[in-house]
Amino acid sequence: MLKLELRPQPSRFWSLASPILALAITVVIGVLLFVALGKDPVRGLQVFFWEPIRSRYALGELMVKATPLLVIALGLAVCFRSNVWNIGAEGQFIIGAVVAGGVALLADKDSSRWIVLAIVLAGTLGGMAWAGITAVLRDKFNANEILVSLMLVYVADMVLSYLVYGPWKDPAGYNFPQTKTFEAATQIPRLMQGSRVSIGLVIALAGVAGLWVFLFRTRAGFAQQVGGLAPAAARYAGFSSRRALWIALLASGGAAGLAGALEVAGPIGQLTPYVPAGYGFAAIIVAFVGRLHPVGMVFSAILMSMFYIGGELAQSRLGLPKSLTGVFQGLLLFTLLACDTLMTYRIRFTPLSGLKGAR
Amino acid sequence: MTDLKKRSMFKLAALSALAATALVGCGKKEEPPPPAPAPAPVAAPAPKPEPLKIAFAYIGPVGDGGWTFAHDNGRKAMEKELGDKVATSFVENVPESADAERVIRDMVGQGNKLVFGTTFGYMEPMLKVAADHKDVKFEHATGYKTAENLRTYDSRTYEGAYMAGVIAGAMTKTNTLGVVGSVPIPEVIRNINSFTLGAQSVNPKIKTKVVWVNKWFDPPKESEAATSLINGGADVLMQNTDSPAVLKTAQDKGKRAFGWDSDMTAYGPKAHLGSAVINWGPYYIKATKDALEGNWTTGQAWWGVKEGAIDFVSVAEDVPADIKKKVEDVKAGLKDGSFSIWKGPIADNTGKQVLAKDAVADDKFLGGINWYVKGVEGKVPGGEKK
Amino acid sequence: MESYSLLLAATLNAGTVLAIAALGLLINEKAGIVNLGAEGMMLCAAIAGFAAVVHTGSDWLGFAAGMGAGALLAAIFGLLVIWLNTNQYATGLALSLFGAGFSAFAGITYVQQVLPERRAFSVPLLADIPLVGPALFRQHPMVYVTIALVAWLIWFLYRSRAGLVLRSVGQSPESAHALGYPVRRIRLAAVVAGGALCGLAGAYISIIYTPLWVEGMVAGKGWIALALTTFATWRPARVLLGAYLFGGVTMLQFHFQGIGVEVPSQFLTMLPYLATIVVLALISRNPAWIRINMPASLGKPFYPGS
Repeated sequence: MLKLELRPQPSRFWSLASPILALAITVVIGVLLFVALGKDPVRGLQVFFWEPIRSRYALGELMVKATPLLVIALGLAVCFRSNVWNIGAEGQFIIGAVVAGGVALLADKDSSRWIVLAIVLAGTLGGMAWAGITAVLRDKFNANEILVSLMLVYVADMVLSYLVYGPWKDPAGYNFPQTKTFEAATQIPRLMQGSRVSIGLVIALAGVAGLWVFLFRTRAGFAQQVGGLAPAAARYAGFSSRRALWIALLASGGAAGLAGALEVAGPIGQLTPYVPAGYGFAAIIVAFVGRLHPVGMVFSAILMSMFYIGGELAQSRLGLPKSLTGVFQGLLLFTLLACDTLMTYRIRFTPLSGLKGAR
Repeated sequence: MTDLKKRSMFKLAALSALAATALVGCGKKEEPPPPAPAPAPVAAPAPKPEPLKIAFAYIGPVGDGGWTFAHDNGRKAMEKELGDKVATSFVENVPESADAERVIRDMVGQGNKLVFGTTFGYMEPMLKVAADHKDVKFEHATGYKTAENLRTYDSRTYEGAYMAGVIAGAMTKTNTLGVVGSVPIPEVIRNINSFTLGAQSVNPKIKTKVVWVNKWFDPPKESEAATSLINGGADVLMQNTDSPAVLKTAQDKGKRAFGWDSDMTAYGPKAHLGSAVINWGPYYIKATKDALEGNWTTGQAWWGVKEGAIDFVSVAEDVPADIKKKVEDVKAGLKDGSFSIWKGPIADNTGKQVLAKDAVADDKFLGGINWYVKGVEGKVPGGEKK
Repeated sequence: MESYSLLLAATLNAGTVLAIAALGLLINEKAGIVNLGAEGMMLCAAIAGFAAVVHTGSDWLGFAAGMGAGALLAAIFGLLVIWLNTNQYATGLALSLFGAGFSAFAGITYVQQVLPERRAFSVPLLADIPLVGPALFRQHPMVYVTIALVAWLIWFLYRSRAGLVLRSVGQSPESAHALGYPVRRIRLAAVVAGGALCGLAGAYISIIYTPLWVEGMVAGKGWIALALTTFATWRPARVLLGAYLFGGVTMLQFHFQGIGVEVPSQFLTMLPYLATIVVLALISRNPAWIRINMPASLGKPFYPGS
């Protein structure tokens, strides 16, 4: 008979091992799925875990996919650690992309390269403003931030759609819903030739370092986390949980908006109705699997990107359906949440005879 | 758990992780990536030339019963015709976003020398990849930008829409027709207009109502849009969206509708009046032969009934014989070039004349239609851009 | 005039889906559990139901299959959240994402399938009343079942002992535990019942509303249902009215297009979501009012023996 026994304090071993165990379980289930579908499981694992890293180009693509995930996750980590549940990062990503795109459209052939800075800043501010709506509603009206931020995702999608079908449509584009392709000057600088990796990666890594310092080495970061997790204790200590709320939402909104700007002025190069790619939601998984820790999230962002790219490759190499990516991502989060219990609980086997109507 | 046990567990975990990586890494050396998967059986005995590797990028699932289904049928037809000279593969559900570039590059990396991109949104990604791989030929459906090694192809869906209109005009009892529009691009507006012109040729009293779902494929929305049109008095529906939802909704409500892109009779046998289908087979066979024989040149192909790319099939039993004949006459006229759908006088729905009497519209005119003809209610969303 | 009665009919149909799902979530939340996985459950139920009808030809088996799928997923969610005390929001989100992927995966072979022809239902005599008749009395039985469900739920929650226990578990699980009630099992029962209803809604979508299977066909209705529960301050009758309101706004969007109202369609599409935000803001403003209506333990984990 299994019994869960509370540990005297959370286990450090399991806080590191839990994601690995979760990944292992997901892989095992994946292998079973491959076999059930009549595909070679070793080949399946290869496609998901080896192909995305085997060449310089592949690694570059992995980084291209991981960068927005990581950037958004960094912001979400601040949020979740403060017990603020921003589910609407996707909407903030979209608005960031829209605002950044708007600035990019102002460029012409002779614009200086500094416009890239303007684009990136604009995107960040756009995302912050969108998250700000959620913050205001939670602050002044006590509205649940989960539902508000989620509803705003749909609204953001419609705003993008309206602009791209209407006022911002490319006049030379045969009435297709897209803006004109942004001028070359607006492109986020690439890191190296022959790859789509941009300085966004550098920004992301800088963000990782910055977040680490903020969370673990500054008073403000400490206040932020306490403010969210234990409002009463925070009040007693003089930390403002209201400020924690605003910082959390503005930070995650800004991060999401930044990611949107990097995507739109980077790999995409224009605004289309297909800018929303689900990164805002995937980043939530990245944040969790990375244990809300900056370094952990680097690994989980890479892992999630492998799932994405692996899923694509699995289609063309093995004829496996694309929906497998979603299945694996969801499974990973499930198993992670289950394995996380091992951090706070110990599993004990009690002999059946000792049972007395346990609940 | 004691410290000793903890450490040994850690060691075990680390060893397993290493073993797994080794297994996966070794697996790679033993098995070189297999050639293009399942769909094409390829026999390549030594003396014969290597089959041409061809890849298709699809926007939706091959089972969508509409757009992608039609493309895949075209691919299969080409495969059947050319046998072991070709080895085809496809990737479905490739989004019209930054990901498309990666998928197309991967197709090139896998050795494909002819790549078909079956939706407008692949235009920019294909152009980028084409610039980097001059030895590969790219074919882009419904686009408008070309390059030395990238050409576009499209089908004259408006011809199918016109034929549907002829039947609709005859079968309507309320004189109100409904169209579920996908995205307000010239192609779709042209189809709405052609549908209306076709109906007006047998029933000048009809009017057409249009409702936009702003998506190519969204069955629940298409269903709601169809319901709304029926509520507004339409009793014959047409669609420019890719699923059979409109037809099914019409059937449930006792109205009539048409199939689009593919033969949709099975989805609503009682409501089905006919299907305007696209037959990509002939074009794919020609394009592939061009590549095989070295005759491939860039350009913009636009095929219709004449070339066998558009057809109108499965006309319902209860359509009057004279109407059936009229549709056949239109088909024959389009085939031999004696009939033009877009021949003046044609006025838009503000009364302005857009095509003078006896003038025949050229492809440039057709490509830029963003107004409604007389008889269609409302304004084109996104307004007119001159 | 007839078109308005038809609009009303379409509204009732559209609202029914939202209502069933939202009522299921209501049961969950009355017990104190938030299940963000509504969308995932509805999607899996939609494919389960559709597949069942394809293979057996029976709509009712399809509904049962959908309810079963929803209940199963909810049970997994419940075990994680109630016994392992995992974070409710994250677990629910995982369920949503997993459900979306799994349903797409399982549904691959069903994309081109057709269901046997749908029956048209109408209540004899009543259906012929001019104007109101077609709108109210030519609906699928599930529309009436939903109304009956609301009535039953009102009775259950506010007039029956079991409902009282459920509500007290939601208000204060610690007190209920102290009184000797099996709090965790009651919560699990609520979660499974909620999941079954979400499943029923999902099956309705793929069997009746748009009788096809397509990936992602629930298209966000699960998330709207979640908002609806809060919008309706956790009262069943308000859930029903709210559902019809939202269903109506969706249909209104097309109606406006049809009559030539010159608002860009995107703004019309935005309306239900904006409406939800506005209502959320208004009802949350008064903390006392929220306290009266919202189950106090909503979203918080419960540890027996603490």
